[in-house]
Amino acid sequence: MYPFAYCKAGTVEEAATLLAEDPDARLLAGGQSLVAAMKMRLASPSKLVDLGAIAPLRGIAVGGNAVTLGAMTRHREVAESAEIRRALPALAALAAGIGDRMVRNMGTCGGSIALSDPAADYPAACLGLGATIVTNRGRHEADGFFRAMYETALDPGEIVTSVVFPIPLRAAYAKFRNPASRYAIVGVFVADFGGGRVRVAVTGAASSVFRVTAMEAALSQRFASDAIASIRIPAAGLNADLHADAGYRAHLVTVMARRAVDDCAQR
Amino acid sequence: MTVQVSFHVNGKATTAQVDERTLLVTYLRETLGLTGTHVGCDTSQCGACTVHVDGRAVKSCSVLAVQVDGAKVVTIEGIANEGGALHPVQKAFHEHHGLQCGFCTPGMVMSAIDLLRTVPQPSEEQIREQLDGNLCRCTGYANIVRSVHAASSDPACAVTAAARGA
Repeated sequence: MYPFAYCKAGTVEEAATLLAEDPDARLLAGGQSLVAAMKMRLASPSKLVDLGAIAPLRGIAVGGNAVTLGAMTRHREVAESAEIRRALPALAALAAGIGDRMVRNMGTCGGSIALSDPAADYPAACLGLGATIVTNRGRHEADGFFRAMYETALDPGEIVTSVVFPIPLRAAYAKFRNPASRYAIVGVFVADFGGGRVRVAVTGAASSVFRVTAMEAALSQRFASDAIASIRIPAAGLNADLHADAGYRAHLVTVMARRAVDDCAQR
Repeated sequence: MTVQVSFHVNGKATTAQVDERTLLVTYLRETLGLTGTHVGCDTSQCGACTVHVDGRAVKSCSVLAVQVDGAKVVTIEGIANEGGALHPVQKAFHEHHGLQCGFCTPGMVMSAIDLLRTVPQPSEEQIREQLDGNLCRCTGYANIVRSVHAASSDPACAVTAAARGA
């Protein structure tokens, strides 16, 4: 790890000030991606601004037909929340499937979203549910927020404070995970809001999360897994690595989308 | 540059000036000499470095010492009772041969305690799923699962965990 300066912010305003003082400063949430990247010298921030002591950034609120997560809410808290398991079980299940037990005890919702790892799970829930990402400067709709690998619509110095997930009639997340890293090789989040409003979001397959409008259109006509069985997304431009080539990932998108729709039907 | 950290480890207060880069596991092993917490992979894969921070299992190789400032940390050295009697999970690993070379054992035990606190009576499938962040390179999983299952039926297990707030 390269040397860095460390400061612990007491408030979001203080964090914003500390961040603005140094263009190479980074925010530290749970650190489950950032600390690992720093150890491998893939990241070398000059300063870390730790959000861990800002209590108002933690918490879960269910109401107004939405689930709101404070940015520093840990994955385990979401996975074990009785309120979320009742109101939006797909979100609790998604959080329960991130990394492993120890990662879930540290990793945060806001950290995952702000990092925009192409294989992360939370971005699929954001886009699949049409979430609103609230920051210290305003609000972002999930559509348009995740721009590319590790790139979001956040401006330099902008801090995610909470995320608002609308509650659909039914939703499910189906993930084909890499058994070693537990990241999604392909993960598909499907949400049915009723009245033909269906959203399908895919993570792990491309440089960032994306929607499959052809599947959304088919499912809005008839919400059944065989309605999308023949829809294949093009393999061109999809991720390819030693675990799965682009053609296989394209195939998995349809398979995981069908599984998610089937899971919805059982709710 | 250095920064001051203060926290509790196994019930004792510790304060030191550390390099900002100091990982929790480095502090535990090199500053405090608590070498029961092992470094297996250093890349957050193997779970041998698992300790409890405010009662929750974390990988101490992926947490900076400064991140636990003000917290209560418990390591494998801190789970036996004051008289030296083994924690029920340690006892179960001993009785059911839940270790071969023993390198992964501290992490397995700390993860298993966290699991049993949330799911006091886990099924075999739940034990396997929930311990997936801990690797045993001897592949001694069958007896590890057996040990955790045995510990879950030991009435002393829940009591000890609750009493120590660990």
